[in-house]
Amino acid sequence: MRSAEILERLRALPGQRVRLMEVCGTHTMAIAKAGLKRLLPEGVELVSGPGCPVCVTPPELMDAALELASRPGVTVASYGDMIRVPGSRRGDDLAHRRARGGSVAMVYSPMDAVELARRQPEREVVFLGVGFETTAPGTAASVLAARAQGIKNYSVFPMLRLVEPALRALIGSEGFDVQGFLCPGHVAVVTGSEFFRFLPEEYGLPAVVAGFEPEDVLLSVYELLRMLSESRPGLVNEYKRAVSAEGNALARETMERVFRPARASWRGLGEIDGSGLEFTEELAEFDAVKKFDIRLNRAGTPTACRCGEVITGRMPPEGCQLFGKICTPEDPVGPCMVSSEGACAAAYKYREC
Amino acid sequence: MDDILTLDYGSGGKKTAALIDEIILPQLGNEALSSLGDGAMLDGKLAFSTDSFVVSPLFFPGGDIGKLCVCGTVNDLAMCGAEPKYLSLALIIEEGFPTESLRRIVASIKSAAQAAGVAVVTGDTKVVERGRGDGVYINTSGIGAVRYPGLGPERMRPGDAVLISGTAGDHGAAVMLARDGLMEGEIRSDCAALNGLARAVLESGADVKVLRDPTRGGAATTLCEFAEASGLGIELDEAAIPVRRDVEAACALLGLDPLYCANEGKMLAVVAAEDAERALEAMRSCPEGENAAMIGRVIADRPGKVVLRTRTGGGRILQKLAGAQLPRIC
Repeated sequence: MRSAEILERLRALPGQRVRLMEVCGTHTMAIAKAGLKRLLPEGVELVSGPGCPVCVTPPELMDAALELASRPGVTVASYGDMIRVPGSRRGDDLAHRRARGGSVAMVYSPMDAVELARRQPEREVVFLGVGFETTAPGTAASVLAARAQGIKNYSVFPMLRLVEPALRALIGSEGFDVQGFLCPGHVAVVTGSEFFRFLPEEYGLPAVVAGFEPEDVLLSVYELLRMLSESRPGLVNEYKRAVSAEGNALARETMERVFRPARASWRGLGEIDGSGLEFTEELAEFDAVKKFDIRLNRAGTPTACRCGEVITGRMPPEGCQLFGKICTPEDPVGPCMVSSEGACAAAYKYREC
Repeated sequence: MDDILTLDYGSGGKKTAALIDEIILPQLGNEALSSLGDGAMLDGKLAFSTDSFVVSPLFFPGGDIGKLCVCGTVNDLAMCGAEPKYLSLALIIEEGFPTESLRRIVASIKSAAQAAGVAVVTGDTKVVERGRGDGVYINTSGIGAVRYPGLGPERMRPGDAVLISGTAGDHGAAVMLARDGLMEGEIRSDCAALNGLARAVLESGADVKVLRDPTRGGAATTLCEFAEASGLGIELDEAAIPVRRDVEAACALLGLDPLYCANEGKMLAVVAAEDAERALEAMRSCPEGENAAMIGRVIADRPGKVVLRTRTGGGRILQKLAGAQLPRIC
C-alpha cells in the first residue's frame, strides 16, 4: 500500500490522544528521515524508546572501553557507531584515543575482529559487544569461531542488552505514559514476533512488529491506532516478509551457548535483573572483563545530559537544555546525539518542517 | 576546536569548516582565498586550484588514485567557469611501494589528462619511510583560463532551478565497498572529468548562477553551502534525486545516506528557472550527464536552509555533514 493511502486510512480513524513508542533506534531514524511525525493525525505522538544500542550503554562501560584502547598491545575493535561516543569526560572518545596513539579498529562484524586477531597474533583484539538480540548471535558466533580456530588473542567486552526485561522495567517505571509499541523488526527476526505477546497479554498494550520503510511505520501506527480505538489490544506482525512467529532458533541457540542473562546497567533505566549478557563458564577465556580485569567506576561525573529521559520516552530531545546548543553531532555530550540511531541525532539531523 | 585533530576534521563537513575558519583564514585570509570557492580567481582571468588525494584503496571499481587526482583538480577549475590547462603533480610514495603499481597510476594520470585536455607541466616526488605513508599520496594543482567569470551562490535568486548531473553518492559507496569487500556486485565510482559537461551547460546560453562538484560531504553538504552563502532557501524533492538502486541498497545496509556520500564526477548547478530545460538538455548531451535531473528550487523563505520534501510527503531540514559518516551497528 502506498503511504498516501495509509495516511488516508489513518486519518479516517476516530481521533485520539496517544503516545506510541518506537523501541528501536532504526525506527527512530526511519521516522525522522521520512519526516513522518508531522504527517500523523493530531494527538498522535511518536516517542523514542530504549532501543539504540549506543544510547543505552552507560558511561562507565564506555570509560572502560576507552581505557582499554589506550593500553599498550591492545586493539579495540568496534562498530562505527561507538567511535564518537564520549565516556564520562566530554571529548574523550575512541576517535580521540586513536588520534593520541591508541589502537582502534572499525569493523562491520565481529568476524572481522576475529580475522584482525588472527592476522596480528602479537596484539590482543577486544571487540566491543554492543547491541541487542540482533547482534548478540553474531557476537556469540565470533567467539565460537575464535575457539574453533584456536585464536587466543581475541576477546569480547560484553555490553549486550536484552529487550524484554528493559520493556518490563520501563512499563513498570513511574510516570510511564505510552499506549502502544512499535516493536523492533530486527530483534524480532531473531526472537520471533510471538516474543512480544507479553505486551498485550500482560500489560494490555497493543504491539506491532514493524518493518523499516516509511510505509511499514505508517501501517504499523495505523494498526496500533485501530486496536486502541477498538479497545482490543493485540499483537500484529506487520513485518512478515522478514519476521516469523517463532524467529531464528539457531541464532538463539548460538547466543545461549556463549552467553547467559545477567544483571546489567542501562542509561536511563538503571540496573535491571537479567537484562544483559555475560559469558558462560565454558567460554570465560574470551571474556575481556576477566582477561583485562576491567573494573567499572560507577561514580561518574554529574552531567546536564538528559539522554536517560529521552530514551525512556520522558522527554523529547528538544526538551534537553543542551540540545543543539552545547550538544551537537560534532561535539556530542550524550550518546543519543552520536549514534546514527540516537533520538537526539535524529531530531537534530532531520529536523522536520 | 579540539586540542588535537581527529579524522572528523578531514571529512569536508562542519569540522573542516571550523579548521579553515579558525586556523587558516585568520592568518592567511585574502580576497582570493577567503571566498572559499573551488579555486581561486586571479585577476579575473586565471583560476588556480589544488587538491590532495589520500584514497584507500588506491584502485577501485571505476577508477584509481591517478584518475582521481586529475579529475579532482580539473573539476574544481571547471566549476569556476574556467577551462583547465595545466597541472602540477606531486607524489609522496611510501618505501616498499610496488613499482608496477606506480606505473599503473601514472598511466592512468596520462589517460585522464589526455581525456580532459590538460598537461602535467611540473612535479615533484618524495619517498618516505615505510609506515609513514599509505602507499602513495598525490597532490595536484591546476591552472585554467576563466571563460565565464562571476559564477557564485550570491547570484542565486528565488525560483531558480537546482540541477544535478546524475546519480548521487556513487564514488563514496564504491570506495567504501571496495575497501572492505562488503558486498557482491560492483558499484563503480563516478570519477570523471567534468570540464566538458560544465562547458556544455555554460555554452548552452542558460543563465547559470553557480556550479559545484559535490565531493566530500556529498550533495547535501554542497547544497547547504549554497543556501548559506546565498542567504536563500533551497527546497529539494527527494523523489526527483537520482540514486542508483545498488548505491541506495549499500547505503541502507551501512546506515549511510547517499546524499552525504562523495561524488567525483557529478555537478550541481543552479540556473534561472526558465533555463532549466535548456541546461538539462546540455547536460544530457554529455556522457557524464545522461541522468541529469532537476531536483529542487531556490526559495525565499527558510533563508540559509535546505528543505527536503520526502517521498512520503513529509519534510525535513538537511544539514551539512557533521564528521565522517560512520557505519552503524544493526
